[in-house]
Amino acid sequence: MADVVLFGKPLFLAVQWLITGLLVGSIYSLVALGLVLIYKASSVFNFAHGWLMLVGGLLCWAFFQDQGWPLWVSILAAFAVMAILGLLIERVTLRPLIGQPVLTTIMMTLALAQLIQGIVMLVWGANPHPLPIFADQAGLPMPPLKLPTAALLGGDIIMKVQLLCSFVVTALGFGALTLFFRFTRTGLSMRAAAEDHQLAQSVGLPVRRIFGLAWAIAAVFAAAAGILQGAGTGLDPIAVPTMALRAFPAVLLGGLESITGAIVGGLAIGVVETMTSGYISTSAGQELAPFLVLMLVLIIKPDGLFGQKRIERI
Amino acid sequence: MAAIRPSGIYDVSYEQDMALVRTPALKVAAVAGTVIFFALPLFSRDSPLGLEIVPLPWLGTLNRIGITLISVQGLNILLGYTGQISLGQAAFMAVGAYTSSILTTHFGIPFWFALPMAALTAGAVGLIFGLPSLRIKGFYLAMATLAAQFIIPWTLKNPLARWTGGASGMEVPLPTMGNWVFNSDQSMFYVIMILLAVMMLAAKNITRTRVGRALIAVRDNDLAAEVLGINLFTYKLRAFFLCAVYAGVAGSLSAHYTRSISPDGFDLLDSIWQLGMLIVGGAGYAMGPVFGTALVRLLREFATLITPAMRDLLPGTLPFVDVASVDRALGPVFFAVVLMLFLVFEPRGLAYRWEILKAAWRLRPFAH
Repeated sequence: MADVVLFGKPLFLAVQWLITGLLVGSIYSLVALGLVLIYKASSVFNFAHGWLMLVGGLLCWAFFQDQGWPLWVSILAAFAVMAILGLLIERVTLRPLIGQPVLTTIMMTLALAQLIQGIVMLVWGANPHPLPIFADQAGLPMPPLKLPTAALLGGDIIMKVQLLCSFVVTALGFGALTLFFRFTRTGLSMRAAAEDHQLAQSVGLPVRRIFGLAWAIAAVFAAAAGILQGAGTGLDPIAVPTMALRAFPAVLLGGLESITGAIVGGLAIGVVETMTSGYISTSAGQELAPFLVLMLVLIIKPDGLFGQKRIERI
Repeated sequence: MAAIRPSGIYDVSYEQDMALVRTPALKVAAVAGTVIFFALPLFSRDSPLGLEIVPLPWLGTLNRIGITLISVQGLNILLGYTGQISLGQAAFMAVGAYTSSILTTHFGIPFWFALPMAALTAGAVGLIFGLPSLRIKGFYLAMATLAAQFIIPWTLKNPLARWTGGASGMEVPLPTMGNWVFNSDQSMFYVIMILLAVMMLAAKNITRTRVGRALIAVRDNDLAAEVLGINLFTYKLRAFFLCAVYAGVAGSLSAHYTRSISPDGFDLLDSIWQLGMLIVGGAGYAMGPVFGTALVRLLREFATLITPAMRDLLPGTLPFVDVASVDRALGPVFFAVVLMLFLVFEPRGLAYRWEILKAAWRLRPFAH
């Protein structure tokens, strides 16, 4: 099997790209989870999610590299600050816009993105910040994991440690969210509020508090994604939000209100991006492929794979 | 907002009712204003009159406001009159800019022919990305335009790199008319402002026609419009086409004014800023884009102006601020704060407030 050729490249490379795509897609899934959470709870599509990722990663950098705190303390501190930030954002910028048309909330999240961009540049500057989490004392990165498949496929499959870690984190996050939504009181009340705000309020659920909670949890997920992305490629004020923009097709592919859809969509977009980068070119894979998938999804099945079907007569 | 006439002014014909300038005082003011505005470059440096009252940087700012204003007028037709959200306006500008540049550079076509062709090409591309409006609307249509905002620059950078120069951009020649080369702010002022006046009058006139009324019906209640017999799909396509044509004109002007273009100069950020200008100014009003573009551009100039002062001030008051990036960070912060304040307190924009002010002035001393 080692000498099978697929579209001009050996089978080993195709399998390598598939595996890397699944791992890269796990970060997209993490971003998509946050987006779906906010949309499910408050029907707002958060265009500023990429910038929340950036702030979360930079907070961890500030605590870990700048102040020198231990790794787990910095991560938890970053999560705590991001949760408070999420609550604050919901209260200050989106609470006054309840009931407004969708354009107003889109513009508000876009304005929020610009504001966070400006503040991040003011506080941390425009240079990339490396986040050497998966590195030893000397600063050398951990060696990647190798699967000994040389005999079967013609080469060893390489998996970077930070990508593997992000895959594990995403799986844990997905599991935690599923358990949360199915078995806890708060989770069930969030699902009820997501179905119908007015009905939930009439049953006595604190809908506004649920919005805040959804934003706080989503901000923590964004911070996790930012930290993982920063550990992989560094925290660049331009590159990190651009990467989150590529997660938007993942959200739409999976369906705007489906957590399973966020996972599936993220993995799918990761695979599409990596395969296209391999077979065509990196720029085609990163800039073109996810948005072509987005156009296809919008034309063929706008509600996504797992989304709720909306019946519109016109 | 119904227009309130001063007492003694009444319309006896349909043309009078539809006229842009209704009262004699307004007519005089309009003529005087136009004369003064178009005479501004004559009172600047290097003019035949020899006077220097108007500083040259002001003309440059007015030129840049004018170019952005054309694009935002197009966005007003799509968003303000038809109610469709477009996040891809900068990409359509890029199509216009590159078409015009390629035609003048590689094919030697004069600027005056390249401009309409660039506008039509941008319109055609806008039409293509408006096709999904057959099946999707609202937020999903906005995502389709977001996809356009990424697909178009990639297409300009990679497959068409032979003509467009790829990611490094290309140089654009100046417009010429016979022996006269438009190589100064003063001369480009006339080109830009005459085009701006024409496009603005066209946009205002669209609202007075059947197409304009149909677009407004689509915005207000598309189900009722469909019931009335307005084919939603064709009118949405028309709106996309018009919006992209305006963007194409603005892009072409921008290319020949700044003399060099690159795909990164037309990114998502520019689309967001143009949307913000429209919202702040007032979507759906003819003067909305003017107010919004002027305010946001002036905010940007203000941010550039106070950057040196901030560089000295900030390390003292806020020591954690990185001084080196103050110039790139202040602009977005101001714009974002202003946009957020408008979204929360006055989502209808400055033009709405202006209408209220005019009505209050005409109705004084009565409250309504």
